Amino acid sequence: MADVKSAETKAPAAPSAWGDDPFHKPQRRLTSGGLVALLVKVVLLAIIDALTIFAVWVLVAKGDWIAAIVLALVVIGVNFIYIRPGLLPGKYLTPGLAFLAVFQVFVIIYTGYIAFTNAGDQHNSTKEDAIAQIVRTSQERVPDSPEYTVEVYKQADQFGLLVAEPGGDTAFGTSDQALEEASSAPDGWEKLNLSQIVRFQDEILAINVPVSDDINDGTLRTSDGQKAYVYVSSLEYDESADTFTNTETGQVYADDGQGNFRAEDGTTLTPGWRVVVGWQNFAYAFTNEQIRDPLIRVTLWTFFFAAASTFVCFAMGLFLAIVLNHPTLRGKKIYRILVILPYAFPAYLTGLVWAGLFNQEFGFINQVLLGGAQIPWLAEPWLARGVVIFVNMWLGYAYMFLVCTGALQSLPDDIIEAAKVDGAGAWRIFRSVKLPLLFVAVAPLLIATFAYNFNNFGVIYMLTRGNPRFTDTTLDIGATDIMITMVYKVAFGGGGGRDLGLASALSILIFIIVTIVAVISFRQTKALEDLN
Amino acid sequence: MMVNKKGVIGLGALIAGSAMLLAGCAGGGSAGNTDSADGDSTPITVWVDIERKPALEDVAKSFTEDTGIEVKLVTKDFATVDQDFISQVPTGKGPDIIVSPHDKLGSYVSAGVVAPLELGDVADGFAESAMQAMTYDGKVYGVPYSIENVALVRNTDLAPNPATTFDEVIANGKAAGTEYPFLVGLSPEQGDPYHMYPLQTSFGSQVFAQNADGSYDASQLVLGDEAGTAFATWLAGQGAAGTGVFNANIDGDKAREFFLAGKSPYYLTGPWNVPAIKDAGINYAIDPLPSAGGQEAKPFIGVNGFFLSSKSENALAATNFIVNYLSTEDAQMSLYEVGGRPPALTAAYEKAAADDADVAAFGKIGQTGAPMPAIPEMGGVWSDWGNAELSIIKGEGGDPATVWQTAATNIQSKIG
Repeated sequence: MADVKSAETKAPAAPSAWGDDPFHKPQRRLTSGGLVALLVKVVLLAIIDALTIFAVWVLVAKGDWIAAIVLALVVIGVNFIYIRPGLLPGKYLTPGLAFLAVFQVFVIIYTGYIAFTNAGDQHNSTKEDAIAQIVRTSQERVPDSPEYTVEVYKQADQFGLLVAEPGGDTAFGTSDQALEEASSAPDGWEKLNLSQIVRFQDEILAINVPVSDDINDGTLRTSDGQKAYVYVSSLEYDESADTFTNTETGQVYADDGQGNFRAEDGTTLTPGWRVVVGWQNFAYAFTNEQIRDPLIRVTLWTFFFAAASTFVCFAMGLFLAIVLNHPTLRGKKIYRILVILPYAFPAYLTGLVWAGLFNQEFGFINQVLLGGAQIPWLAEPWLARGVVIFVNMWLGYAYMFLVCTGALQSLPDDIIEAAKVDGAGAWRIFRSVKLPLLFVAVAPLLIATFAYNFNNFGVIYMLTRGNPRFTDTTLDIGATDIMITMVYKVAFGGGGGRDLGLASALSILIFIIVTIVAVISFRQTKALEDLN
Repeated sequence: MMVNKKGVIGLGALIAGSAMLLAGCAGGGSAGNTDSADGDSTPITVWVDIERKPALEDVAKSFTEDTGIEVKLVTKDFATVDQDFISQVPTGKGPDIIVSPHDKLGSYVSAGVVAPLELGDVADGFAESAMQAMTYDGKVYGVPYSIENVALVRNTDLAPNPATTFDEVIANGKAAGTEYPFLVGLSPEQGDPYHMYPLQTSFGSQVFAQNADGSYDASQLVLGDEAGTAFATWLAGQGAAGTGVFNANIDGDKAREFFLAGKSPYYLTGPWNVPAIKDAGINYAIDPLPSAGGQEAKPFIGVNGFFLSSKSENALAATNFIVNYLSTEDAQMSLYEVGGRPPALTAAYEKAAADDADVAAFGKIGQTGAPMPAIPEMGGVWSDWGNAELSIIKGEGGDPATVWQTAATNIQSKIG
């Protein structure tokens, strides 16, 4: 907002845009900002269009038609809105809508999409990539085969290797022609130097010179253009059947529809690839007992944590606001600064500091404040939960204090005056007059605070990492874990790498819960507004 | 019309940005190199941490001089570099080469983001354990450059003679009259199975069974076997309920602080803490950890190495750089000079060990160590394992053998 204001005051050249009502003078709009504004508009549009043409060209070249068409349509729409007179509301709305689309709508849709896939560390690319990688890793150097020194030759589009065999003989071969003894490369073949080798590296890496006419003897490949080794492949890919066959055991690995090549005995080839798996991730969250039972406990604690954090922050903030709002109190400013101080510390840092302070043996709390007591603050489940809420109060009450101070100071004096005249005492005035009026202003903030604490990853992660751990589940989940930290651990922590699909599914569940809570709460707060 | 202009600028930036993003995404995998201009080759991108970067600069320079190919060293945060690597390689935006500890190798392979390398005769120059660490499923994936492991650092003013058994360590520690007989950093929440491992192996207990070639068999979790139970029982006797040698409230920072303050003659730690010990002016010696359970105490060894991305568009040049340049004595020596970790190349290690007794000591202990399993299943082991040790040390959860067994069962069901 500040920017808009300063722009307004600093731009006397275009006062008419603000002074006139543009809605009623459509015929002047194109030039209403003067020649400079028009020029800027045209130049910027030209830049956008030029970039778009480039981008569309690149996208079409890559065969990505959908992205190209969407991009082209969007930019045509933008041009239309900004060039054609009479679409003023569009000019204001379009940038915001575009940002909304990119930063909100796209993110939500993409998370939703991931939740229905098996995306994760072992399924993180396309099937083509997976096949290429399986083929690559199935190449094995023939045991005890010698190291050959090679020179790379090229003729037209063909590449060949001149190989110095360990015995001192040299031989030449290409991918199509098995190795044959030759003292030098045939005529017409040109030797490649290092920079040429690098330029044609894709072709050179693809050279596969059969050692003899029998393919089972293996093929000669080079990975650096200087040395070559004899490789045999342990797996063969059959493109028409879409299967891998183990050349030794004859075992067949077929696409199992879940993003893996799987044999009949259940063994799979790594890596897999990303496929849509439907509701599997959601079903897993509810049916796998390793996740389900802890999920229920964690959900209950999350609600308790969010509600308790919000309540203690609000109670503490309100209490201090009332105390420090007393008209006769001296040194108010200093107190207020002191009270707001925790607000200035980054939450991540304070989490770690508090964890140190609460150390059972060496922490400040036990050693200094409690005279060497050995209270297991962070090791006993309920104590740890209490500590988490306490630290969260320390982090959050300053905000509530600011809000409540503001709200209290804006309460009309006459109502309180009237209450006094009616004979109400201080407590009665607070309970029946100030508090309800305060709630009108603060209730939406309380709901927002609740929603924020519901996903307050930082304080949990930095303070306890969710510990002490539950002993009756194999998942790395503990007594102070809230849903978001559990998602983090399920997705990124436990054995076998990350599972982004499951994590997305769980975050969608959290999103739904938070939405329901927020909707219900906001409905309830409408009742409060009737007080006014 | 200010608002309007701002709108246009914002929109322009947005569209330009997303257009480039889309173009970039789409451009990833398949861009060929055939059309690159003469002599104008694509640089090799290496992901490296800030510490090792200076050491690689010299090697990169000589590579560029020889081949004309530039090497771009990109600094990454080492704590999360493996996750970035796994996410970005498939998009075509990852590096050509990554510097990484070997215990991530299993995840890289199962995610399909690293390509196997053929080292040929170069492999013979490296320590056997280092090559073992770079091998996964029978294939070599990297060139190792350093080996690190923990050892027992002894304050020679407080304990003049090396001990031969762990009991002797404790007895010496108590005789020294310091506050703690022995120090090791344990996380108060997670324990630290890595540091405790030599003690565990001295009871003959391992995590996974080893195949004949030294690789680990993910299908055989042996953590909960008799030897493991014996270790657990012993550990309970050294915890809060027993002698109190192990203290769950002393974390890594506290252990170091106490040792530097002379509060204990013994400190189980790795080479990374030696510079601080040296700076504190403590007279120290580095011993192998004496056995607690009768067998050899084998620490985990971690091997750092260079790995080639499976989607490198510059694979030939990158392979050349890894296999022929980073494996040289000069390269390994300059990496050693920066990081102070024993080189993986035997020739370089011998040279370094001749200069520096600490490197020699850590290196010698590392030679008998066990490479940390690189199998992806290892990721599911740490938490239960560490928590079991922690509750045994704290004397919680009842019978230590049961606590240990439960952890083993949990891990087994987690890794399937």
